[in-house]
Amino acid sequence: MKSFDGKVAFLDRSDINTDEIIPARYLTEITKEALKPFLMEDLNMEGFHPASSFAGASVVVSRANFGCGSSREHAPWAFEVNGIYLVIAESFARIFRQNMFNCGMMAVELPKEDIDVLFSRFSGKETFVSVDLEKGLFVFKAGEDTLEIGFSVSEFDKSLVKAGGWVDFADKNY
Amino acid sequence: MGKTITEKIFDAHRVDNPAGDIQVIRLDAVFCHEITTPVAINDLVARGKDRVFDPSKIKAVIDHVTPAKDSKTAEQGKIIRDWARRHGIKDFFDIGRNGVCHALFPEKGFVRPGYTVIMGDSHTCTHGAFGAFAAGVGTTDLEVGILKGVCAFKAPRTLKVEVTGSLPAGVYAKDVILALIGELGVNGATNKVIEFTGPVIESMSMESRMTLCNMAIEAGGTCGVCYPDAVTVDYLWPFIEKDYPSKEAALADYSQWISDADAEYDGTMTLDVSGLSPMMTFGYKPDQVKPVSEMEGTPVDQVYIGSCTNGRIEDLRVAAAVLKGGRIADTVRGVVSPATPEVYRMALAEGIIQIFMDAGFCVTNPTCGACLGMSNGVLAEGEVCAATTNRNFNGRMGKGGMVHLMSPATAAATALTGKISNSLLYTGKEASA
Ligand code: SF4
Repeated sequence: MKSFDGKVAFLDRSDINTDEIIPARYLTEITKEALKPFLMEDLNMEGFHPASSFAGASVVVSRANFGCGSSREHAPWAFEVNGIYLVIAESFARIFRQNMFNCGMMAVELPKEDIDVLFSRFSGKETFVSVDLEKGLFVFKAGEDTLEIGFSVSEFDKSLVKAGGWVDFADKNY
Repeated sequence: MGKTITEKIFDAHRVDNPAGDIQVIRLDAVFCHEITTPVAINDLVARGKDRVFDPSKIKAVIDHVTPAKDSKTAEQGKIIRDWARRHGIKDFFDIGRNGVCHALFPEKGFVRPGYTVIMGDSHTCTHGAFGAFAAGVGTTDLEVGILKGVCAFKAPRTLKVEVTGSLPAGVYAKDVILALIGELGVNGATNKVIEFTGPVIESMSMESRMTLCNMAIEAGGTCGVCYPDAVTVDYLWPFIEKDYPSKEAALADYSQWISDADAEYDGTMTLDVSGLSPMMTFGYKPDQVKPVSEMEGTPVDQVYIGSCTNGRIEDLRVAAAVLKGGRIADTVRGVVSPATPEVYRMALAEGIIQIFMDAGFCVTNPTCGACLGMSNGVLAEGEVCAATTNRNFNGRMGKGGMVHLMSPATAAATALTGKISNSLLYTGKEASA
């Protein structure tokens, strides 16, 4: 099972789509590793720089409908090879969300109010989160400021995370 | 309590219910193309699980970039080609017989009412037009589909859209779905099936129904679905005539795949299309939709007619009716990609290809081509394309390019003037340059 603790990068926009996460021109790559330099290359957002904004980050916090667009699992892979295993957002596109758990990673939804608080209290600061999957608890920390937020992940998704993904789980069970 | 068509299909295919509302269903078909499948194949090989659950239920095509444009795409083609041979997958379509997956597979009769289908492609929702549950999935789901013939879904809820009134001349399924996405927003149907019903749908051809269902994903929908009816049976008849004594018998059988009158929906809405005008997108999101008349006069650099949304014969016929006898503006590059060899052949026989060529269009082989900006019409920075495709995301057709989504009629009229224009099929007037 992957570890989900780490530094948080904030993306303050809804509807971030998979073409922005990894543009179609890189879909000819047949290894995950090759996607590494191209994560979010086409994301046009004030204050966002594909090369530096994710430096050292292992968690992304964003707004609604994250990962909409194409079914490409290259999007979660582009995160994975950059060491980002957890995306927290107000909501996700179905396929992206499923792809994350299928790879043994996590896409966790939080209510809008919680996301708003995260942005207003932590965005722009050096923020870290620690994740307790069993208890369903995030602890965000920036300097002295600490915030605990509960979350829930279904038993099924949890078993995918623990099994390291859906292929091994399905081959064993069906 | 009655059930929706999707609930009936799930009931008939459920193999497990591992947790809460997660349902594992048996698959009737797994479709594959050369962009998302090679990674799945490589991963299965690396895991020592290079197996397929049933070669007759797997259909594969090379369609996104074909003929291969460079060594990398050649390698992708080779991986899926070798794999299809190694596992005896007979329905594998390579160059010369290939076409855009969501146009080709229906045309081959691979989708039937009541079927469950997955593919590593978000526009798999197209196949719901046949009264099937068809969903786009990622590579890992595709791997498991290939290996075990199952897929896990959250039991989808359904949004029912009743389309009433009658479509004005020059207004098409594409305009209906653009208007609907404009209303729902890009995540208005997330985790839901969009069920299209009502008199307008009933009078639509299968091609138009596929155009509608194709863009369900653009509102976040898992699948679009239409009830199977006499139109469905007519379309499928060459493939099913051995299975049924008559079309009536087929229709009677297929009627099990219709929602009950007292089915429970997650939402219902009605769209009266009698006053609808041709629609188009103006931004980088498919829900940024306006009537074409509000954008008229905006210059474009390229017009692209094709894709799984609008590259079928019906679409080429409409575009040709607009183009006939005319020439596209000097400032515009026109590209048309008939979606399948069969569409190409029909278009040749009907003189449609001649009309496109006389008008100054480049006619490509059947492929996804420019739609995803990997070949056959990639835009340069700052260029604008009027396209019959389904995605206008920033960079979709080339870095820094803008794509306006619209119907084939509007795209053809726009090609003639070089500026966004309504077609004479709608206005009744010749477009002026
Ligand atoms: S035509 Fe475009 S949207 Fe359709 S399958 Fe091909 S790339 Fe995807």
